[in-house]
Amino acid sequence: MHNFELVTPNSVADAVSALSGEDAQPLGGGQTLIPTMKQRLAAPATLVSMGGIAEMVGVCVDDDGVMVIGGATTHAQVAADASASYPALAALAGQIGDPAVRNRGTIGGSLANNDPAACYPAGTLGSGATIVTNAREIAADDFFQGLFETALDEGEIITSVKFPIPEAANYQKMLQPASRFALTGVFVASFAGGVRVAVTGASNEGVHRWSAAEAALSANFSADAVPEAPSADDLISDLHGTPEYRANLVKVLTGRAVAAAG
Amino acid sequence: MPKDSGIGASSKRREDIRFLTGTGNYTDDINLNGQAYVAFLRSDVAHGTLNGVDSSAAAGMPGVVRIFTGADFEGVGGLPCGWQVTDRHGQPMQEPAHPVLAQGKVRHVGDPIAAVVAETAAQARDAADAINADITELPAVVDMSAALAEGSPKVHDDLTSNLCYDWGFVEENKDAVAAAIDGAHHVTTLELVNNRLVANPMEPRVAVGDYAAHNGESTLYTTSQNPHVIRLLMGAFVLGIPEHKLRVVAPDVGGGFGSKIFHYAEEAFCTFAAKAIKRPVKWTSTRSEAFITDAHGRDHVTKIELALDAEGKFLALRTDTLANMGAYLSTFSTSVPTWLHGTLMAGNYTTPLIYVNVKAVFTNTVPVDAYRGAGRPEATFQLERVIDKAAREMGIDPVELRRRNFIQPDQFPYATPVAVEYDTGNYDATMDKALALADWDGFEARAAESAANGKWRGRGVNSYIEACGIAPSALVGQLGARAGLYESATVRVNATGGLVVMTGSHSHGQGHETAFPQVIAEMIGIDESMVEIVHGDTANTPMGMGTYGSRSIAVGGSAMVRAAEKIINKAKKIAAHLMEASDADVELANGEFTVAGTDKSVAWGDVCLAAYVPHNYPLEDIEPGLEETAFYDPANFTYPAGAYICEVEVDPGTGQVSIERFTAADDFGNVINPMIVEGQVHGGLGQGIGQALLENCVYDENGQLVSGSFMDYAMPRADDLPNFTVDHSCQTPCTHNPLGVKGCGEAGAIGSPPAVVNAVVDALQRGGKDVTHIDMPLSPSRVWSAMNS
Ligand SMILES: Cc1cc2nc3c(=O)[nH]c(=O)nc-3n(C[C@H](O)[C@H](O)[C@H](O)COP(=O)(O)OP(=O)(O)OC[C@H]3O[C@@H](n4cnc5c(N)ncnc54)[C@H](O)[C@@H]3O)c2cc1C
Repeated sequence: MHNFELVTPNSVADAVSALSGEDAQPLGGGQTLIPTMKQRLAAPATLVSMGGIAEMVGVCVDDDGVMVIGGATTHAQVAADASASYPALAALAGQIGDPAVRNRGTIGGSLANNDPAACYPAGTLGSGATIVTNAREIAADDFFQGLFETALDEGEIITSVKFPIPEAANYQKMLQPASRFALTGVFVASFAGGVRVAVTGASNEGVHRWSAAEAALSANFSADAVPEAPSADDLISDLHGTPEYRANLVKVLTGRAVAAAG
Repeated sequence: MPKDSGIGASSKRREDIRFLTGTGNYTDDINLNGQAYVAFLRSDVAHGTLNGVDSSAAAGMPGVVRIFTGADFEGVGGLPCGWQVTDRHGQPMQEPAHPVLAQGKVRHVGDPIAAVVAETAAQARDAADAINADITELPAVVDMSAALAEGSPKVHDDLTSNLCYDWGFVEENKDAVAAAIDGAHHVTTLELVNNRLVANPMEPRVAVGDYAAHNGESTLYTTSQNPHVIRLLMGAFVLGIPEHKLRVVAPDVGGGFGSKIFHYAEEAFCTFAAKAIKRPVKWTSTRSEAFITDAHGRDHVTKIELALDAEGKFLALRTDTLANMGAYLSTFSTSVPTWLHGTLMAGNYTTPLIYVNVKAVFTNTVPVDAYRGAGRPEATFQLERVIDKAAREMGIDPVELRRRNFIQPDQFPYATPVAVEYDTGNYDATMDKALALADWDGFEARAAESAANGKWRGRGVNSYIEACGIAPSALVGQLGARAGLYESATVRVNATGGLVVMTGSHSHGQGHETAFPQVIAEMIGIDESMVEIVHGDTANTPMGMGTYGSRSIAVGGSAMVRAAEKIINKAKKIAAHLMEASDADVELANGEFTVAGTDKSVAWGDVCLAAYVPHNYPLEDIEPGLEETAFYDPANFTYPAGAYICEVEVDPGTGQVSIERFTAADDFGNVINPMIVEGQVHGGLGQGIGQALLENCVYDENGQLVSGSFMDYAMPRADDLPNFTVDHSCQTPCTHNPLGVKGCGEAGAIGSPPAVVNAVVDALQRGGKDVTHIDMPLSPSRVWSAMNS
């Protein structure tokens, strides 16, 4: 790891100004960024820590029944504090990594990173959430732009994420045996207006919605209604699974998520 | 009543107090005055011509003390291979040079090219990154069959090909085996891969070299399983330092599993560099570096054929194996696929004719060498898989088929057709035990329950044998070993009665500091706490060969017993003198010497004191003092054996395998500490199940390591494993060592992979899928693909 400056602002405004410096980068829980720096794959001059910004930490449900999670809220806190209002999302957070990772890693860091095998992108896209930054609000449908790519601009901070709470939802995660990220994960959420199905870990394009399943499940929210497995074209092929296997997982996990969502 | 001390007691592991409270002394804890740090520039290509190394920019960077390249090692020896294998035609294996730093060519990703010694580790790293190695990349040799094909690029230009050796065993049996297979009622054939593994001990390797200018002595602190072996190899073959000027210390070592047996370039480098710059030099491997420098394990591709008669009697066995050596011959690499593998192909069975062919192949990958079990897991896996397949093909119950071929208790000692003689064993006994403990007969009910939950349940059985207590020196010498494989111990009794045992065995997690004293305590009848074990330092232990091959208690323990017997004999003479009796009448029990038929007695401590304060002492007959050394060379290997049963559930939707039950019934002969034995079996099972379900070291066609971190290399975690049922009550004591022990360190890793794979195949068959084999690791994707192909 190379040397860097650590800045620990108390407000979003201070963080934004610290981030305007050269080669400055937000630091969430450091669960991705620090290992990358240790391997010398990244060498930012300045890290601006999000953890001390009180307005960015916490879980609440606003007057419209929307769950708002601060961008620097740890997975462990979401697992605990969202469990009453949005149990499917809390369960997703509770399955990320191990306790050490959950006690450090943050929702903002996870979404900004947009790892193609990460869990939160599925929960966020599957919920039709809105990503709130210091500058604007971005619909989840517009936020994720492929592998490790998002709509965020340089120095833009995820301050919170707003989750509409579905009537029923569930996340099914098949563990990649080594990393225990999602080999494939499916988040299903049923709203009054229809069903959303978001898939992570499967596609070379990153997290995405499975529209065929959404249509079928919006008509009939039952495991039997899940359509045939999607095409394996453009699905990930790696040590841990073939594209065909992942296509199968998308179908099987969707069915299980629907069954578990009830 | 279980004993609470001595042989057979589950004494608590005394070393764990320091391991668990952070007070251990690992090599990385050693920091010497004036210490500098080394970082290696390593090849990031698998194969290339090294045209030159430009370190001019790096040399001027902050903190750089000195930069070394291959040129600095031109007058220095290469890393030696400790075992010369002779091929089918009587020719010695091809043995390439293995320089400390690359010379002329790089041959695997991770091959060290240059080394920077600097004031801090970070400065060393920065400067190493600034070195420019001019490499012309060459096509990488990765696949073993392709490596042997005509016209393949050569890993070593000065060798005739990528074939290290073509070994046939027993060569004289070749034709008879072929005839038996051709004429057999039934032949079962199986092609399989024994997957390449990375040992991944918790503690990565570390080396600290030191040089004392005042007396010209070099010291190496290193993460080794056998400091004396490192001293001999590095001193005699690499650096040319006589042993009396070289000390090797392997302090607390955090796991080895074989990977810390071998002499590595970094050890020689640090020792060499310390002398060159007259400062201590330290290297600490990162985990990423460990993946590309620690010797890997297994990596065999095998075709096995088993010939049977109509009743299922085994008639003949033939195997063809390609064994990956990697880019260079690591210390014991050549012995693993040959003598540690071919000699075990008889298993527990009376197969009369066996022929094993092994072609060892050079590739542009990390060297491959012994890993927990070393050759014996490879033998067991193919044998127990082909037997299972044969049972299915012939419609014979897999347990019954094994029983029909077991060597019977009255056949021991049993000479196999593959050159070893099993001293003792009872394979039906461990099988019966395993079946009972596994509730074999209750399987159908459990399978029905699984089915109700949408899962397929299957069960797999395996009976294994291994050759441990490595090894009779004369025998292995004939087979090509360049070392003796005895063990040594010095037992020093102090004046006040406490003892120190200086052993050539090395403990890197096994619990010697607890188990060895139990033996001495039993022999003398004193408290275990009066005995201390010293190991790991060539300066204060007799020349010994270290720990691997489940040899510590069987060979090292035997040496200790022999030394202790000498002590007791001498102590009896002293006691006889003190009691004015004849030494033949003196008995030792419960720490007290007595004279049979009298009420005379003298305590252990008084005799010890007399030995060192010889005022009233038979000085004309015996020397003062109580210190004895013994070297023990085993008469034979030991042959632990057992039966393992695995029960799995397979999720048909995802191919996920879950191990629901695992039963291990082992015959280790006598057991010194049942708790430690159980722990060893648990660890072995964890690694064996890891190989079967999770672990896989994979190179791409360019020789890049794809599974180069824990993000892709799946280590077994506690929740991947069930609660094990472990039993070692079936005991046929070893007939040729004084403790009747056989060794238990590798059994779990040897016996479990075939049990797991047999169980998964069984589950799929029961689920209606005609799957006869899946190569390890049985990842969900592979299982699902096998089900759906
Ligand atoms: C062993 C291990 C296991 C894991 N398992 C899983 C798993 O199963 N599922 C899963 O989904 N994830 C998993 N993760 C990832 C982890 O949960 C984190 O979500 C992830 O590492 C990023 O979060 P972080 O807060 O640590 O971000 P950091 O590592 O601090 O930052 C990541 C990136 O996001 C940027 N960033 C951080 N915060 C913000 C912000 N508020 N606004 C804008 N940009 C920001 C940083 O600049 C950086 O580019 C695992 C990680 C580890 C180490």
